[in-house]
Amino acid sequence: MMWQSIKLAIQSIFSNRLRSMLTMLGMIIGVTSLVVLVSIVNGATDSVTSAISDMGNNLLTIRISDDKNQPYSIEEILDFSKEEIVGYVAPYTQSSYTVKKGRTSSSITVYGTSADYDDIQKLTLSGGRFLNGADLDNHTYVAVINEVTAQTLFNSTNVVGEEISLNGYPFTVIGVTEEKENAVGNTTERLEAYIPYTVLTRTANMVRSISDFYITAGTEDQIDRLEQVMTKALYTRFKSDSDAFTITSNSTLLETMSSVNDTMKWMLGGIAAISLIVGGIGIMNIMLVSVTERTREIGVRKAIGANRKHIMMQFMTEALLVSLIGCVIGIVLSLLIVIGINYFCTDLSASISFDVVAIAVGFSLGIGVVFGSYPAYKAAAMSPIEALRYT
Amino acid sequence: MIQLEDVCKTYEIGGEQVRALHHATLSIAKGEFVSVIGPSGSGKSTLMNIIGCLDMADSGIYRLDDMPIEDYSEYELARIRNQKIGFVFQNFNLLGKLTAEENVELPLIYRQISKAERKMRVEAAIERVKLSGRRQHKPMELSGGQQQRVAIARALAGNPSLILADEPTGNLDSKTGEEIMYLFHELHEQGNTIVLITHDEGVAEQAERSIRILDGRVQEVSREEKVRGGMI
Repeated sequence: MMWQSIKLAIQSIFSNRLRSMLTMLGMIIGVTSLVVLVSIVNGATDSVTSAISDMGNNLLTIRISDDKNQPYSIEEILDFSKEEIVGYVAPYTQSSYTVKKGRTSSSITVYGTSADYDDIQKLTLSGGRFLNGADLDNHTYVAVINEVTAQTLFNSTNVVGEEISLNGYPFTVIGVTEEKENAVGNTTERLEAYIPYTVLTRTANMVRSISDFYITAGTEDQIDRLEQVMTKALYTRFKSDSDAFTITSNSTLLETMSSVNDTMKWMLGGIAAISLIVGGIGIMNIMLVSVTERTREIGVRKAIGANRKHIMMQFMTEALLVSLIGCVIGIVLSLLIVIGINYFCTDLSASISFDVVAIAVGFSLGIGVVFGSYPAYKAAAMSPIEALRYT
Repeated sequence: MIQLEDVCKTYEIGGEQVRALHHATLSIAKGEFVSVIGPSGSGKSTLMNIIGCLDMADSGIYRLDDMPIEDYSEYELARIRNQKIGFVFQNFNLLGKLTAEENVELPLIYRQISKAERKMRVEAAIERVKLSGRRQHKPMELSGGQQQRVAIARALAGNPSLILADEPTGNLDSKTGEEIMYLFHELHEQGNTIVLITHDEGVAEQAERSIRILDGRVQEVSREEKVRGGMI
C-alpha cells in the first residue's frame, strides 16, 4: 500500500511537471538559503576560531583604561616575566607614522613593543632578527617591517640593513616578517613596522603611557592561575578599582565570538525557515487545487473500495514527496553553492555541517506533514456520491 | 441475496425535502440479471447508491448477502464495496493516468492482495472482457467500448457478489452498446448477479426481470405489463 502511494504520488508529480517544479521552488529556495546562510556563518566561526586558537590558549590581553595617573613603566611590565608562571610579556602601543624612503612616502602602522612580541604573536621572519632587550635598553633606532612595507619601499624583501625614515627619524631595518594569513585566509595589505617601545615614546607624535600588553602563561593549564595572579596584582596596583583594567583571555574571546555567531546562525536560519514556511503554503495551495481537480478520481477510488486512510495517505505522500524532493534539490544546490563560495570567494568561506542538513530535512518533512494534511483531509472526507457526480 | 424492506431515503435539496425512495421493497436472488428502469429523477440513482453501499437508507432494512447493511462505519462500507460490489458507470470512470491493467488492479490493491495473485486475477479479468491485446494502453488510447470493457474487468477482478451497472451503454453507440450488453449476458450465464440501471426500455427488456421505479416507488414489471407496454 505504501509503495503504491509512493508510485501514485510520483506519477502525479511527473504528470504535472511545471506545476510540481514551481511548487518545489519554494522549498528549494527555502532549503538552499537555510543551508547556505548557516554554512557561511559556520565558515566564519571556523576561521575566527582557528585564528584565535592559533594565537594559543595561554594568552591574556590586558588593557588599562584608568591608570590613576600612575602608569606602568616598561620596566614594571617586563618585571612580570620574572614570575614563575609567566611565559612572555610584551607591551604594545600602536601609532600611525609616516614612512619615507627616497621619494616614496606612505603612512604606516607602528607598534612599539618588546623582544617577546614575536613569540606571543607567533611571527616568523623571512630575514634578519626581531627586536631584543638591548634595543629597548639602548633606545636603538631599529625597525622590523612586514613584507608589504619592504615591497612598497624597496621592491624587494631582502632589505635587512637598509635605512628608512619614520616620522623623519632614521631607522635601520633589522628584520622582515613573513606575511601571516589572517582569519579569513588572506594576507594584510597594511604597512606595518615594529620598533622598540622605548623608541616609540620618543618618536611618536603623541607619547602615550602603556595601556595594553600581552602576557602568556608558561603552559596552557596555568592560564587560569595567571589570570588570578594578574587580577590581584592589577587590583592592588590601581587602588582597588576593578573597573580600571580588563583582562581578556582567548577563551573568553572564543565564548563571545561563538555566542555572536550562534545569534547570527539563529537569525539567518530563522529568516530561511520563514521562506520554508512560505514554500509550505505553496504546497498546500497546489495540493488544494489538485484535490479539487481530482474529485472524480477520489470518487472512483472510494466507489471501488478506498477508505479515508487510503485517500489521506495518497495525498499526504504526494505533499511529503514534493517537499522532500524540493529539500533534496535544495541541499544539492547549496552544496554546489558552498563549493563555489569556497572556490571563488577568497574573503568568504563556508562549511556545511551535518546538523543543518538534518534540520533542513526535518523541517521539510514537518512542512510536508503540516501543509499536506489539510488538503489530504479534505480529499479523504469527500462523499463518494458527491465526488462521482462532480464534473 | 439482495433484500430491501421498506427502505426510505429523503434528500434535502435547496431547503426542500425530496423523497427519493418511498417504502421500497424488493429482493433479488443470486445469479439473477435484473434491470431497474425509470425516468430521470425517479429515484434510480438513489436506489443504486443504497444497493452499492455508497449511501445508507434513512429507514428500512437492506440486506446484502444476508447481512444487514446498517450503522456501518465509513471504513466498513468501503470494505463491503471493495469486496462485494463491482461498479460499472455510464462514463466508465477509469483513471486516465493508469493503464488498462493498472485500472483493473486498483480494487485488488485496496484489498491488499499479494502482487502475484493480483497479476493472475487481472489477467483473468482482462481475458474475460476480451481485451488481452490492450493491457498497457491508457484509457485515452482506447475506444468507448474498450474503455467500458476495462471498467467491467475492473468490476470483475474483485470477484464481487454483485455487478452494479449504471447506464453502462448510455455513452456508447448502439452497436458498441449491443456488444457490451452481450458481454453482460455472458457474465450472467457464468453465474454473476447483475443489476443494471437504465432509462432505456430496449436495454431493460434484455434482463430476465425488470423493476420499474417511479417517484420513489418500486414496482415489479409483470410479464403482462411487459407485453402491454410493448416490451415483449
